[in-house]
Amino acid sequence: MASLHVLANPARFRRFSQRVLPALSVVTALALAVGLWLALIESPPDYQQGETVRIMFIHVPSAWLSMMGYGLLAALGASLLVWRHPLAALMARGAAPVGAVFAAVCLLTGSLWGRPMWGTYWVWDARLTSMLLLFFLYLGHIALSRAYDDSERGDRAAAILALVGVINLPVIKFSVDWWNTLHQPASVMKLGGPSIDPSILTPLLVMAVALLLLFIVLVMLRTETEIDRRRLEAAEMAL
Amino acid sequence: MTGFSALLARDLRLVWRRPGDVMVVLAFFVVATVLFPLGIGPETNLLARIAAGILWCAALFAALLSLERLFAADYEDGALDLLLLAPWPLELAALAKCLAHWIVTGLPLALLAPLMGLLFGLSGEALWAVAATLLVGTPALSLIGGLAAALTLGARRGGALLALLALPLCVPTLIFGAGAVEAVAIGEGFLTHLAILGALALLSLATLPWAIAAALRQAGE
Amino acid sequence: MVNHTPFIVGAYIVALVGFGGLVIASLLARRRIKRELSARGLSGERGRR
Repeated sequence: MASLHVLANPARFRRFSQRVLPALSVVTALALAVGLWLALIESPPDYQQGETVRIMFIHVPSAWLSMMGYGLLAALGASLLVWRHPLAALMARGAAPVGAVFAAVCLLTGSLWGRPMWGTYWVWDARLTSMLLLFFLYLGHIALSRAYDDSERGDRAAAILALVGVINLPVIKFSVDWWNTLHQPASVMKLGGPSIDPSILTPLLVMAVALLLLFIVLVMLRTETEIDRRRLEAAEMAL
Repeated sequence: MTGFSALLARDLRLVWRRPGDVMVVLAFFVVATVLFPLGIGPETNLLARIAAGILWCAALFAALLSLERLFAADYEDGALDLLLLAPWPLELAALAKCLAHWIVTGLPLALLAPLMGLLFGLSGEALWAVAATLLVGTPALSLIGGLAAALTLGARRGGALLALLALPLCVPTLIFGAGAVEAVAIGEGFLTHLAILGALALLSLATLPWAIAAALRQAGE
Repeated sequence: MVNHTPFIVGAYIVALVGFGGLVIASLLARRRIKRELSARGLSGERGRR
């Protein structure tokens, strides 16, 4: 735990990030390349869904990562409110748009997966609808943190929101599941992913790891920028 | 506890002096509800099926309308700073304000909505479901809205931001509230929905006053 | 049987534009802020305040 407290210092994080980021970016690019090759070329079409299973290789990891991202926002929020870690606010500011983009990609790829399967670009199934609400929660966090001239006020408000939101997420998921089963006849297949066949497990996991690395790279990059941006603000206020 | 009752009494008295504020919210509810048949068409079967959702959504928007001012007046004239310094817990003050909001917004809406339900061809048990679910569900809306109001005190575009923050969090209440009337329509009772709404209200009560107090504190700094 | 290829291609383009766009936007923002910092004579390298 001590090392986490050490990293809570923005200046230290910045030095750490500048050392690590270039190498990490290269690793990420390689992982993505391998993942894409496996996803597009190497793996056979799923016997149930044909080629469209390839969309799952992006859709499913994006869902996982956007949910993880909101958990990160909540953890950072707690870190800010309870321990007053200065880095937590800056990292939350940098990470929120990343999680939002992953949620958006999840929604769009889900829509494109659904069209050839079900004939429409949107289906109000439980998982897509929950993801849509998660996307709105992200938008709220992003907007709130930037709604004040005093950045710290925005950071703390967004932190409270993230904590309330993370408690609410299971409640939202539960109620959307309920809502969905109420309104759908039992004969309709769940829009959720295919049953996990081993041949698609490998590309899925590789893409998941690659996209996780991408997530980390983006958060580190954007946190560096937020650190600099805060220093700029401090300098401007000192004038 | 005197602080709680004093704050509650003060807020209710303020509303009593200016009943127009409450009337406007209820009038909005009526107008918004009436818009839907105008937009969708007068077919009675269709209207009866979508009535619950419309009534609940309109109630949600109406409740949101009055939230922006929940803490703003106190924030502007310094009363909030006094609250922050007061000897009683800020959480109780937050609860008192949300309760006042519910008494002047949620409660009247729960009574008014069944009347609007008649316009949609609902009858008997469905109307009871509308009233009961709004009665049990709107406290959670007042608490969630209170949190959104506290978080956006003094923010740019506060009103729209408040809605953006509050509405996703209100979705569970909306689903079970509107779902209750559907359950009645297919012959099941709405007691399960009511119980879940009650649980949501208790969950809000157990968590949100602390979040609202935290938000008020950093608004006052 | 509907031709699935445009949807698969579309999905990967969405990912490319979404993630790639975010990467580019983040890099551009970082460069802009760094430039502004050094314009004020505050080097981006010294971490101490």
